[in-house]
Amino acid sequence: MSPDIFLQNVANSITLGSLYALIAIGYTMVYGIIRLINFAHADLLMVAAYIAFYGMLVFTLPWYISFAIAIVLTTLLGVTIERVAYRPLRSAPRISVLISAIGVSFLLQNLGIVALGARPKPFPRPDDLVWNIQLGNVSFLSLTILIPVVTIILLLMVTFMVKKTKMGIAMRAVSRDFETSSLMAVNVNKVIGATFAVGSALAAIGGIMWSMQYPQVDPLMGLFPGLKCFIAAVMGGIGSIPGAMIGGFILGICEVMLVAFMPELSGYRDAFAFVVLILILLFRPGGILGENVVEKV
Amino acid sequence: MDKHAKLKFILTLLVVLVSFGALYIAQGTMNSFYIRVLNLAAIYAILALSLNLILGFTGMFSLGHAGFMCIGSYVAGILTMSPASKEIIYFMEPIHPLLANVQWPILPAILLGGIIAALFGFMIGFPALRLRDDYLAIATLGFAEIIRIVVTNVIPITNGALGLKNIPSVDSLLVYWGCAIVTLIVLMRIINSSWGYAFKAIRDNEIAAQAMGINIFKHKLLSFTIGAFFAGIAGALMAFLITSIDPTMYRFTFTFQILLIVVLGGMGSLSGSVVAAVIFSILMEVLRFVEQPMNLLGLEISGIPGMRMVIFSLGLLLIILFYRRGLMGTNEFNWNWVLNRLGIKTSHQGKRGEAN
Repeated sequence: MSPDIFLQNVANSITLGSLYALIAIGYTMVYGIIRLINFAHADLLMVAAYIAFYGMLVFTLPWYISFAIAIVLTTLLGVTIERVAYRPLRSAPRISVLISAIGVSFLLQNLGIVALGARPKPFPRPDDLVWNIQLGNVSFLSLTILIPVVTIILLLMVTFMVKKTKMGIAMRAVSRDFETSSLMAVNVNKVIGATFAVGSALAAIGGIMWSMQYPQVDPLMGLFPGLKCFIAAVMGGIGSIPGAMIGGFILGICEVMLVAFMPELSGYRDAFAFVVLILILLFRPGGILGENVVEKV
Repeated sequence: MDKHAKLKFILTLLVVLVSFGALYIAQGTMNSFYIRVLNLAAIYAILALSLNLILGFTGMFSLGHAGFMCIGSYVAGILTMSPASKEIIYFMEPIHPLLANVQWPILPAILLGGIIAALFGFMIGFPALRLRDDYLAIATLGFAEIIRIVVTNVIPITNGALGLKNIPSVDSLLVYWGCAIVTLIVLMRIINSSWGYAFKAIRDNEIAAQAMGINIFKHKLLSFTIGAFFAGIAGALMAFLITSIDPTMYRFTFTFQILLIVVLGGMGSLSGSVVAAVIFSILMEVLRFVEQPMNLLGLEISGIPGMRMVIFSLGLLLIILFYRRGLMGTNEFNWNWVLNRLGIKTSHQGKRGEAN
């Protein structure tokens, strides 16, 4: 492999890793706080991408306005999903909540197919954001720099919020002990709503950047990125925000490098993440940064 | 002691005989479209029953059913296709010479489909069943996807993404519903055996069950393997029903459909699963009209493809939010209830969760 191609792959892997990291945070925050794999999270990517798509193409809005609308609407959708589909089941068995999450995801996908058509559509790349950069023999898109930078800024913001703000402290308290924090006058429902809002906003940004990087939208586009980001969150240690970032980057880099160094395995690319997941769950269920918790009676 | 045991046994036998008789008559009189719908219902029933054993009776949230089905379909398909059509279909890469000239009869192929799926269930269950709840769900989903991706990539055996075509077609109601009835009877016997009690104990409280001396891992693995076996059988039947299969059919969204049936019928009710499977397959056909153009009060509405699945996914959500028990909850159809209704006093008055 020539150094140029290697550099190209490094750039690709960092971009993919950033996207995984960004989306994984939503999973890890929600799981940390209500112990639920939010299957619908994956479909929020799709929703955000489509809103941005329609904003730009159908309503011919400038990209920044359509992106802003997409982020706001997706955030509202995320919070609504929690309010309608998860909150009534708070005291129900975990399996019921999980089925509800699957139901929401299933519904969003099928609504997507009905409303938008099953065929993939090309996503317009705004010229202000996407251009070619030529560096010696390596040429890459501006997105290769833009996506990691945006991701890192957002990660710092989320970390700051969780560590320093009152809401962040409340989130950590609720994720540590649901009941005690409600006794301590923490409004648990509000905190959970805020967690969903932050997670959904990140998913929206992730979805928009995803569809700029791989410029195509279709109703099932969130499916695999979503699952892989959940895997990244598990890898890093679910519930831990730095864990989700590390997991996302590791998964993205490994995936691109696997295909780069062993092209004959490229058909197995999607299986790779699942193999990693299963190995992690078996040998270190707490993930890289997580603690191994033994269930008590 | 149940003094009506003999009566109930005779009634059960009668129902089985009558249903086989009805199937025989239906086969001769119904048109092929209805027969196809009913056959599909039987396959869904087997799938729902087997998922219910894992999810509803043992409390393990497995999302791997599509994977086991995929194995069953491919095993049965490859074993029964004629050598001539194999030669035509495997044009990307020729089929592995060991498989090129095999042509089995239908029934052994179905059985082997189930057995190989069970083998995979056993191998997957071994590591995965140490996990619980959502982790188990995501791990089994992962395994199912791995199966599907491997099937897509081992072209000399599975013909890759092109899938298999010209699988011999079977349209006999007796085969499909025969398998469904056998599945129902076998699972009923299991549920009412000591294994079944152990499964339910694990579902209700794993730690308490362990304290009572139940070998948790062994029983979970048992339930998972049996579930995989029947999913494989259903997969094999599916191959014979639709005669051309490809890996994209077995995405995990298919598992969601089976999950919907199980939830609709009631997690922990075998008879509920069968009823729900029949309702689901009939609704699938009845609701076709929403996808076709229609004329409503002079208003032309163009059909919306995919609308059926929206209705079903909304249904899943509504059931889990407002009617979590499903149609039957954990109750079973039982003769005590019927006999009580008919005015015949039985020793125990239609207790919960009791089959026969």
